[in-house]
Amino acid sequence: MKFINALPGPVAQGLIWGIMAIGVYITYKVLDLADLTVDGTMATGGAVCIVMMQSGHSVGVSLLAAFLAGMAAGLVTGLFHTAMGIPAILAGILTQLGLYSVNLRIMGEKANVALAFGKYDQLVSLRWIRDVPFYQNTIFVSAVFVLVLIVILYWFFGTELGCAIRATGNNENMSRAQGINTNTGKLVGLMLSNGIVSLSSALYAQYNGFADVNAGRGAIVIGLAAVIIGNVILGKVSRNFAFKLFSVVVGAIIYWVVYQIVITAGLNANDMKLISALVVAIFLAVPYWKRKYFSKPVKKGGASNA
Amino acid sequence: MLKMEGIWKTFNAGTVNEKTALSGLDLELKEGDFVTVIGGNGAGKSTMLNAVAGVWPVDEGKIYIDDIDVTKLPEHKRAKYLGRVFQDPMTGTASGMQIEENLALAARRGEFRFLKPGITHKERSYYRERLATLGLGLEDRMTTKVRLLSGGQRQALTLLMATLKRPKILLLDEHTAALDPKTAAKVLEATDRIVGENHLTTMMITHNMKDAIVHGNRLIMMYEGHIIYDVAGEEKKKLKVSDLLEKFEQASGGEFANDRMMLA
Repeated sequence: MKFINALPGPVAQGLIWGIMAIGVYITYKVLDLADLTVDGTMATGGAVCIVMMQSGHSVGVSLLAAFLAGMAAGLVTGLFHTAMGIPAILAGILTQLGLYSVNLRIMGEKANVALAFGKYDQLVSLRWIRDVPFYQNTIFVSAVFVLVLIVILYWFFGTELGCAIRATGNNENMSRAQGINTNTGKLVGLMLSNGIVSLSSALYAQYNGFADVNAGRGAIVIGLAAVIIGNVILGKVSRNFAFKLFSVVVGAIIYWVVYQIVITAGLNANDMKLISALVVAIFLAVPYWKRKYFSKPVKKGGASNA
Repeated sequence: MLKMEGIWKTFNAGTVNEKTALSGLDLELKEGDFVTVIGGNGAGKSTMLNAVAGVWPVDEGKIYIDDIDVTKLPEHKRAKYLGRVFQDPMTGTASGMQIEENLALAARRGEFRFLKPGITHKERSYYRERLATLGLGLEDRMTTKVRLLSGGQRQALTLLMATLKRPKILLLDEHTAALDPKTAAKVLEATDRIVGENHLTTMMITHNMKDAIVHGNRLIMMYEGHIIYDVAGEEKKKLKVSDLLEKFEQASGGEFANDRMMLA
């Protein structure tokens, strides 16, 4: 009973993290890059949004600013990678590290900045899970956010630019041969991804009622977990791109519901990062093991290296 | 149409793996030339095509396409002028995307891509027509992911993509080498037809001397990074495989050859 009562919380949390996971999906699945910048941007968005709201800006402007800040972080990683030739993973780690200082600067050298509840026009809050009109309910608001985001991304990845980004993630040689600037593709993809993660971070900070400089620690693992869980559970249902994004959000919700179950069962919350890391490691290993130990020998075609 | 002047390219300069792949290469193609390129392993055939395509900058020399100096142009900008098909069927297509999406990408080669639709209804019916000309039944599988196609189907699709938007030069880098003989013959047939219909200026590398003689109007032989034999017109038509072997022996100073390629 205790668990059922606690259920709406993780669902709301899952929806907000689902937005973050969509950002991870764009880099990890569409662009085929592992972008660790998100561990930084998952704190940046919250910092920007809370500080802006405190200084009197509307929630809309604050969210937009958070989105733009995330895009800027993505741009930095993208330039490290494309213009400076740094491997994508390392480029992300560098930006992430740098963002720690930037995030502290944004929050006025404080590790945690609280948003006084009820004084600002915030969109979501962990206090608005039940006993509020449905349109104010955080689950409803977050679901609308998710829906709008999926619709926009579905449209975007169907445009010429979106198709070029998908091609870049698929086959760089082919993309260049078709006149696509693969560096631009990666830059735009990384900016979009980090902008979305930052937006999620801004919502999450409102939800919690505070921005925290450590909010993004391990975020990439949670995002990957959501992508993987969604793919395992719903991957076979449809190949439609919008549905893929939807299944990523479902993955995030499942992650937080399971998290809640494990906590309710009495596990130490501090152990959760270890458990998440191990679960993601195993799921990432499954395709490799399948190839290595369970694949049938494939007949070689007429291919030669001549 | 294409002019290459004194092209030099050395890979891994200053290391034990140093390899001069192109040494003072000169070549000029006229509009509508269909040139077959032969030569042993490491003769610089693929390197020459990659130099035209701009995969990396050349060390020395100039490359002109239709009198435009493209020597400094990066690969994706040069793509505007070029259609390319590669040896490895995996290289020419985006495997995780649909057949029609691949064609739509190719149809926009050299154009600025922004927020217009990636593919339109009108295009789809056009692609269906064009796919039907390949005779592989791909016109009924337009939303199939390319990764599900066979090597031959992928090469045929890549060939269609390379010529969907008329290129100034078509570069074929042993595009049938990875296929079984029957499929290879089919793809070659399609190549001949497409090149002929559109009067495309074409360079085709092949390991097969017979193919090199039968196809195209001009044949060049490469050795150690430059052209050692260049023949066109009636003279080329009369060539026999044995003539080519002889030429190769002469040029390479009798070094001939257990070079397997020359016996193909």
